[in-house]
Amino acid sequence: MSELLFASPTVLSVTAATATAIAAGLLGVFLVLRNMALVSDALSHVALPGIALGLTLGINPFWGAFAFLFAASFLILGIEKRTNLPADAIVGVIFTASLATGILLTPEPELLEALFGDFTKISSAGTWLTVALSIAIVAVTLASTRSLLFGIVAPDLGHVSRSRSQLAYLVFLIMLSLVVALGVKFVGTLLMGTLTIIPAAAAKNVSRTLRQFMLISVVFAALAVLLGMGAASVWGVIAGPAIILSGVAIFLVTLAFARH
Amino acid sequence: MESSGVKAILKVENLAVTIEREEILKDISFTVMPGDVIALIGPNGAGKTVLLKCLLGMMPYRGGVHWAADVKIGYVPQRFQIAKNVPLTVREFFLLHEKKFIFATRAKTDGRIAEALSVVGLGVSELDERLGHLSGGQVQRVLIAWALYDKPNIILFDEPTAGIDIGGQETVYNLLHTLKDRFGITIILVSHELNVVFRYATKVVCINKSMFCTGAPREVLTSGELEKLYGESVYYHPHEHVKS
Repeated sequence: MSELLFASPTVLSVTAATATAIAAGLLGVFLVLRNMALVSDALSHVALPGIALGLTLGINPFWGAFAFLFAASFLILGIEKRTNLPADAIVGVIFTASLATGILLTPEPELLEALFGDFTKISSAGTWLTVALSIAIVAVTLASTRSLLFGIVAPDLGHVSRSRSQLAYLVFLIMLSLVVALGVKFVGTLLMGTLTIIPAAAAKNVSRTLRQFMLISVVFAALAVLLGMGAASVWGVIAGPAIILSGVAIFLVTLAFARH
Repeated sequence: MESSGVKAILKVENLAVTIEREEILKDISFTVMPGDVIALIGPNGAGKTVLLKCLLGMMPYRGGVHWAADVKIGYVPQRFQIAKNVPLTVREFFLLHEKKFIFATRAKTDGRIAEALSVVGLGVSELDERLGHLSGGQVQRVLIAWALYDKPNIILFDEPTAGIDIGGQETVYNLLHTLKDRFGITIILVSHELNVVFRYATKVVCINKSMFCTGAPREVLTSGELEKLYGESVYYHPHEHVKS
């Protein structure tokens, strides 16, 4: 049985992609609550020059992507602190610039994969590393839920209650960098940001409590991956965009049940 | 009072705040004894909210803010805008007090939440209600209950009635009365309503960037003093409060 698991590329990629989606779905809850949907979308573009650098230097592109995303997270933090404004506009410019740079730097044979993802190349070691990292991301995020929520809902009350919202936000940005770096392998730099947003946006339509919001977002994210990969294998299309479109379909269905 | 051996719950000494070279507050000194109801008054932009934030340690300041060792502070903020569509229930909002947050055991926390809600006249039927669905007056009461959850011995209110209709204001002030009389909670409140200050405060601290006057309401709030503090517009209360 275990040999089968390790041998089948489909099982490996489904496992890794689902694990990543679950972590992304959980983080998405806080992105949506903080009105950071566009930031996250643009952030994923920063991964591209990182991937290009990794490929050029001959190191694992994951680490290149993570390094660039990590640096970009600090940039977001700095911009937010200095201007006290939603960072969307500045972030949009910087991150689109890095996408353009990344496209120029990425060797052409790898470009399509970097932009839209590729499921076929994941190794068994890569799969289990992805699963382990996803579990770590979920655990860390659950542990900082209270401080994150204080920072979003009532920063002043959080301060009085000695909640460490700033630290939690920093940790959150690192988790976001990690999950995006993991996900670009499957859905690509162009679409990974969206995978963190769509399930959460759909879940928000149908949840009444925060607990439901988190749970449903995770379920929708996993469902989008499974539906998308199923569609990709049935119709022979690229899996990345199929996953995103599955997420959009889920979102459209939830609109019918939206609570106000 | 100090001579009777009762220790001050808060001592503020020569507090000053400068933001970007602008002096926001200077020379603020006053003492709060257990059981006091202190009203912080002053015109818009006098620095009342800034002073509260200094007391809570949310802002850098010079001078001294000395809390009693056994102090347990509750805080009711001025404005609490929560998007109506954030899925956060009243129960989950209270659970922010708990380290385990929404993973805390309901059996342990529901009783405490119900107890805090009953003080402000809300029932457990509101527990599963979304915070964003409550009326302004209800949110204000939930916020007061939220501050009571950890059983504080002093509560800081920043304009408890801002944005609440007159009927709601009455309720909030009756509540203040309850807090003081039933639980002996010391209160510091920022208020624009002078009639409230007269009715409820045991001591008034008037500031306008610096210390203006302090003492019992009837001693310090003479029409002459008020005119000096507020200028001639003392009877004019605009509805839009600018955060000071």
